[in-house]
Amino acid sequence: MTFSTAHPRSGISSAWRRFRRHRLAVVSLWMLALLFAVVVPAPALEAMLGLDADAVNLFARMAPPSAAHWMGTDELGRDLLLRLLHGGRVSLLVGFTAAVAAAVIGTTLGLISGYFGGRVDAIVMRFADGVISLPLLPLLIVLAAIDPGKLGLPEEITGSESFSLYRIVVIIALVGWPTVARLVRAATLSLRQREFVLIALAQGFGSARIMFRHILPNTASPVLVATTLTVGNVILFESVLSFLGLGIQPPVPSWGNMLTGAQDLISEAPALAMWPGTLIFLTVISFNLLGDGLQAALDPRSRRVS
Amino acid sequence: MIGFILTRAAQSAFVLLVMSFIIYVLLGLMPGDPIDLMIGADPNVTTADITRLKALQGLDQPLLDRYAAWLANALKGDFGYSRLFAKPVLEVLGPRLLNSLVLMAISLALALMVAIPAGIHAARRPGSWTDQAINLLCFAGVSVPPFWLALLLILLFAVSLGALPASGMQTIGDGGLLDRVRYMILPTLTLSAAGIAGYTRHTRAAMIEVLREDYIRTARAKGLAERRVVWRHALRNALLPVVTIAALDFGSLFSGALITETMFSWLGMGKTIYDAVMGNDYNLALVGLLLATGVTLVANILADIVYAWLDPRISYRVERGS
Repeated sequence: MTFSTAHPRSGISSAWRRFRRHRLAVVSLWMLALLFAVVVPAPALEAMLGLDADAVNLFARMAPPSAAHWMGTDELGRDLLLRLLHGGRVSLLVGFTAAVAAAVIGTTLGLISGYFGGRVDAIVMRFADGVISLPLLPLLIVLAAIDPGKLGLPEEITGSESFSLYRIVVIIALVGWPTVARLVRAATLSLRQREFVLIALAQGFGSARIMFRHILPNTASPVLVATTLTVGNVILFESVLSFLGLGIQPPVPSWGNMLTGAQDLISEAPALAMWPGTLIFLTVISFNLLGDGLQAALDPRSRRVS
Repeated sequence: MIGFILTRAAQSAFVLLVMSFIIYVLLGLMPGDPIDLMIGADPNVTTADITRLKALQGLDQPLLDRYAAWLANALKGDFGYSRLFAKPVLEVLGPRLLNSLVLMAISLALALMVAIPAGIHAARRPGSWTDQAINLLCFAGVSVPPFWLALLLILLFAVSLGALPASGMQTIGDGGLLDRVRYMILPTLTLSAAGIAGYTRHTRAAMIEVLREDYIRTARAKGLAERRVVWRHALRNALLPVVTIAALDFGSLFSGALITETMFSWLGMGKTIYDAVMGNDYNLALVGLLLATGVTLVANILADIVYAWLDPRISYRVERGS
């Protein structure tokens, strides 16, 4: 004999209707879709134009837009448009991977914390508070500066060009989980008292089964909202670390490290500083507005104002 | 209450101890070691010399022993020398911590001075176009990369208009109050942007909540002017969460200060920690990070105390719990 563990959902269609009322979120969704559409086929565009994003040409530094270079060139004569597109791929990739990793860690810890309560809850939540309250950036630059060789990681991993990419994902996931953990914990605390969980308990199901089969599906909304907001924050954070020279390492372009070189040339070539910064800003604000819209749509009660 | 403070102080001391170990280990994992840096300048050094030098500095000892030795010295007040500045680290860090605290305090004050009226204004007419405009500006404030905001400010005020200095703390040979203020404007604007956005949203949310309370209806019913209702009756209670969040947010203020100070060559803790990490100045980085962590922990305890003091219900709960 089985019991239905489904609980009344508010319905996808009514959520979609609420989402569409949040005009800024809809605009953001379109903007992000557009960004994906131009960034994903970047290598194809590169081949089509017959250009190489990494090709240095010291005789064409900071050139204005032309037929060959649609947006001009950077301080080393590389095509600006292609570097922006490649940088966007890197930023979005890091943003999604790190946000999902943080969401997985946060959801697991939040579930455990909310389900078991008591001492486990106290330890996990104190730890989360601690991570949030520390001066994170100063501590992270140490983490970003360590020599992976001394950790015993093999040369073929640490020497690869994309190693800085993995490293930044790990670093951000390590500090990004508390927000998700808190939200999931709060949801778990109230779900734990609901009838369908009590029935499952009465049937003698194990803790793991109840947590992951019965409670987890019902925390999807807060997890989705928190993950969306985290993507924006991760992109912002990645840009800061890369700008400081501790994130994505050149020649791999990222919007953050493209600004490192632009800073010294700000009076000669302000365009080099404008484009990457504008793109970071638009992407991050889009993810934040999208998260806000999702929250309004998925959790109408959280909106204090109509 | 005293028991509560002591408990929190003990917890914080423990956190600080754990952090000192973690940071010590992490710094040991940074590229190179002090001897490598020392011998880099002299090609004639032999392997035997290196071994002897390492033994002299205790670098051949196991990690735990080295940490224990560092901790014993630190507890006696000896934090070692800074390699970059050739001075005891505390002598380097003292004035820089002060510079940071000045920058952070003024930025925090500016953020609250803008955010509280803006949040109240938005809360009074939720959904109005001013509320929506303020809301969008808040989203912009939390989404703008702080270093890029600094670049834009430099581009506008220093490069184009030539009105304000782009970096540094004072003109050499001047250093009067007005001169220092001119150097503070751009860093303060940069550092307060995220705070303004965050605190405005918190003020708005808290204010909307409070304006629904029965006692606000009573105040209105007895014919008080709306201005008095909002600024006297409602604000008092709405400020409670905002002030607490501001104090709890000290850690992120430090993070913001690191970016701002680096961008504007402001000689504060953030820039010093960054320079120390980049320049392999292990002692300076270690003590700087611990100092930043310690100040943040103290700020968090103060936030708890202020909260308990402002709201009698909290202190009752805490005392019973401890």
